[in-house]
Amino acid sequence: MKIHEYQGKEIFRKYGVPTPRGFPAFSVEEALEAAKKLGGSVWVVKAQIHAGGRGKGGGVKVAKSPAEVKANAGKILGMQLKTHQTGPQGQKVRRLLIEEGADIRKELYVGMVVDRVSQRVVLMASSEGGMDIEEVAAKSPEKIRKVTIDPAQGLSDADADEIALGIGIPQAALPQGRALFKALYKCFDETDASLAEINPLIISKDNQVIALDSKLNFDDNALFRHPEIVALRDLDEEDPLEIEASKHDLSYISLDGNIACMVNGAGLAMATMDTIKLFGGSPANFLDVGGGATAEKVTAAFKIMLSNRKVKAILVNIFGGIMKCDTIAAGVVQAAREVKLSVPLVVRMKGTNEDLGKKILKDSGLPIISADNMADAAKSVVAAVKKAAKPKPKAKPGKPKAKPKSRKHL
Amino acid sequence: MSILIDRNTRVMTQGITGKTGMFHTQTSRAYAGGRACFVAGVNPKKAGEDFEGIPIFGTVKDAKAQTGANVSVIYVPPPFAAAAIEEAVEADLDLVICITEGVPVRDMVRTKYRMQGRRTLLVGPNCPGVITPDEIKIGIMPGHIHKKGPVGVVSRSGTLTYEAVGQLSELGLGQSSCVGIGGDPVNGLKHIDVLKMFNDDPKTEAVIMVGEIGGSDEETAARWVKQHMRKPVVGFIAGITAPPGKRMGHAGAIISGGKGTAQEKLAVMEECGIKVTRNPAEMGRTLRSVLR
Repeated sequence: MKIHEYQGKEIFRKYGVPTPRGFPAFSVEEALEAAKKLGGSVWVVKAQIHAGGRGKGGGVKVAKSPAEVKANAGKILGMQLKTHQTGPQGQKVRRLLIEEGADIRKELYVGMVVDRVSQRVVLMASSEGGMDIEEVAAKSPEKIRKVTIDPAQGLSDADADEIALGIGIPQAALPQGRALFKALYKCFDETDASLAEINPLIISKDNQVIALDSKLNFDDNALFRHPEIVALRDLDEEDPLEIEASKHDLSYISLDGNIACMVNGAGLAMATMDTIKLFGGSPANFLDVGGGATAEKVTAAFKIMLSNRKVKAILVNIFGGIMKCDTIAAGVVQAAREVKLSVPLVVRMKGTNEDLGKKILKDSGLPIISADNMADAAKSVVAAVKKAAKPKPKAKPGKPKAKPKSRKHL
Repeated sequence: MSILIDRNTRVMTQGITGKTGMFHTQTSRAYAGGRACFVAGVNPKKAGEDFEGIPIFGTVKDAKAQTGANVSVIYVPPPFAAAAIEEAVEADLDLVICITEGVPVRDMVRTKYRMQGRRTLLVGPNCPGVITPDEIKIGIMPGHIHKKGPVGVVSRSGTLTYEAVGQLSELGLGQSSCVGIGGDPVNGLKHIDVLKMFNDDPKTEAVIMVGEIGGSDEETAARWVKQHMRKPVVGFIAGITAPPGKRMGHAGAIISGGKGTAQEKLAVMEECGIKVTRNPAEMGRTLRSVLR
């Protein structure tokens, strides 16, 4: 789960990670009020969306008077902010963070993730703050310092100091640097974070070490023990289809293509998308219906897939193990009827009660195209999309017979 | 022969009284065909009771002492799964297979830390389990698609593993053992560990390795294969079409920081002499092409 920068900073403050003073604002008036509360003569108006790269996209502006705060807030609120992480359509800005300006002497980078190789949390830091860290890692990996954190002891003073000095935190600010790293680890650990990033971490002219930015992601599997974090969820930042899917315990992700797919199991779902692509099609989504797919769940899945207007055909790929093919088939038939399916549907079912399942599909009278393996299924669905894209032939509708028929080759 | 488990394995089920634990204990016991492989259950609140004749003990230690069980399978809910693994590790079992999906990563980091220097092996969490066809199945995979034979199967996913196994069996290629290592970022055995076991197993003649996006376990395994593997290995990686930054169902299946892409994995695997296919419908035939 992701949260906004201002929410991340509130959590940071709780753990003693220093941040600039600031207040969230949902309107221009609130932005002005926030600036007034902060006082001073320089403010930063920051768009709050979940994607990174906001500055480059014009979502972060410095203001030197209340009038400028007002003007910038007005400009940024409601804008469709495009960054390298939002995709070409951008993300609408609904919230702002108004912060006091900072005296920057030096910009650094700090990150924390669970490292799969060491199976522990790793603290990464670099002297190259404010930059795209992936670029730094690619171009000058020697500028990135790393330390693996012992889960029993936490981050040691020695390790924290080594990192701090390694990235150029001056001696005078060393105690603060150490304290910040240790506080960040405590925060990461106790909130079940999956990613923490401060980019940039700054050294101010009076040697303060301050988190000028915050990015915190959390482990979805651990949210059950963090209601306070779940409360920070901003549904405006999420794909409405993904939200709807999660209500039905479906794992769904929107993609750019036009062939919807419904599969049981995440690995098989990815493999199904890959096969569609391999045969010249383009998947419209990832959708894992999970182990216990009932007719209701399949119907919900169909509705979600079809709310994507780009969808021109559906591919269902089920490997029935514990889940029986006849159950799935009944679900598919019910769903197709309920949503009055109007795009071609290809079904590939394998495993327990396969024949029974195929019979149910056939007897339904619905124009379902049956396929015996993943490759055939993908070819059929790609062909069906191509056919539908062609200008309508003169022949009467209702006879979609020329589609590739299922073949047996066992 | 086989790896990890065989007809002589004695299994206890942690979480035997839950819906999932009950169901899969039943089907696994049926698969063992009358051999008394499933000898104990564990539930601290139901010690002294039994599940269809399988005695239930309060602790893993008791279950081991009373029945000689050397392997445990875990179906307990996610908040308690890591503690269940640790209990099995402390009881010095040979192997723990954790089926539970959704275990917090932080719990697993701590559990793995506590497992250092211990003898117990871990498979999972978030995995289908392990099967040695015609002998024993421990987990949630459909037993009937398997067939005894010379192919080792190791995979990070569930149904995609069944897909690979189904293709092999249809081609008449049976399996020595199939190991689902699970889709979580912090877990037990990795591809490389299982490949080493297959390498040493005289009955395994070739191995199919099924991976997915995220991490670099497949690359690590591939480099080991190049140096040490005496048997042909074929591979498939799911997620060529997966967009970066999106978690594709499994907690571990995410491309982050430009790392862990399917293309990258496939390239390293090919470089290391692993025959890869980009068409998952060809996993079985690809394996057949390298046999003998």
